[in-house]
Amino acid sequence: MKLLYTWSAILVIALASVVGDVLISHAMKQVGDVGLLRRRAGLWTVVARVVGNRNFVLGVGAMAVAFFSLLFALSWGDVSLVGPAAASLTFIGNAFAAKIFLHERVDRRRWIAALLVAGGVALLAG
Amino acid sequence: MFASAGDALLSHGMKQTGNISLHHLQSVIFAIGNPWVAAGILLLLAFFAAYTSALSWADLTYVLPATSLGYVVLALVARFALHEQVSPMRWAGIALITGGVGFVAGGPALTEHPEKPPPFGSAQGKLPREARGGAPSSSSQQATPVSSEAKS
Repeated sequence: MKLLYTWSAILVIALASVVGDVLISHAMKQVGDVGLLRRRAGLWTVVARVVGNRNFVLGVGAMAVAFFSLLFALSWGDVSLVGPAAASLTFIGNAFAAKIFLHERVDRRRWIAALLVAGGVALLAG
Repeated sequence: MFASAGDALLSHGMKQTGNISLHHLQSVIFAIGNPWVAAGILLLLAFFAAYTSALSWADLTYVLPATSLGYVVLALVARFALHEQVSPMRWAGIALITGGVGFVAGGPALTEHPEKPPPFGSAQGKLPREARGGAPSSSSQQATPVSSEAKS
């Protein structure tokens, strides 16, 4: 039963992470290069623009769901399972989501990278 | 680095607080009072600041694989600083992650959208459309104060 809880939490972590990553990535593209913006308008302007972006707030909400799911999962299962499994699923899910929702050019190079990293993270848990 | 170290601290802290029951969800809030959990959260916040900053000028599918280098660094620290045994399977995992990051790092950091260019240009120093003589877009209008600097 504990294993079922752990894997359910892992799936929630991965799903919420993908949603959060996509929303935050979209928000940061709307804000623009924060390095340039900070030099031009100051740090507080950067903070105000980022925090005032609705997609960023929604993304942080999704990340909070992922974080609390991680706390649950870590209390039920080992970090050597929870961490790599959630990270691997998140890498693959993000590649799909970035292509569909952010219209990023996920070419063969990036697919291979996502699969290699996901596999590598899974092996590290071994 | 911050993400991996933060996860490790969180794990240590959550093992101290014990199992959390679905019937006592408020115990998750109390878990944040654990010093290990609190330290883990601080490190994860530092990671988040660096991560969002990178996302402002690079694609998600470029930034995310690069963050996994933290796993490699932690494994190398475990082997050479802490003198832990690293199994052949973990070395294989390190090789795969390094290869994956190398793969993605060799390509462009940002996807160019011709109809809707990024507000401040890409990491390769490309300028917004209006700086190249095209019509301004809604996203570049939002970035007016900085796009003028980009033009110069």
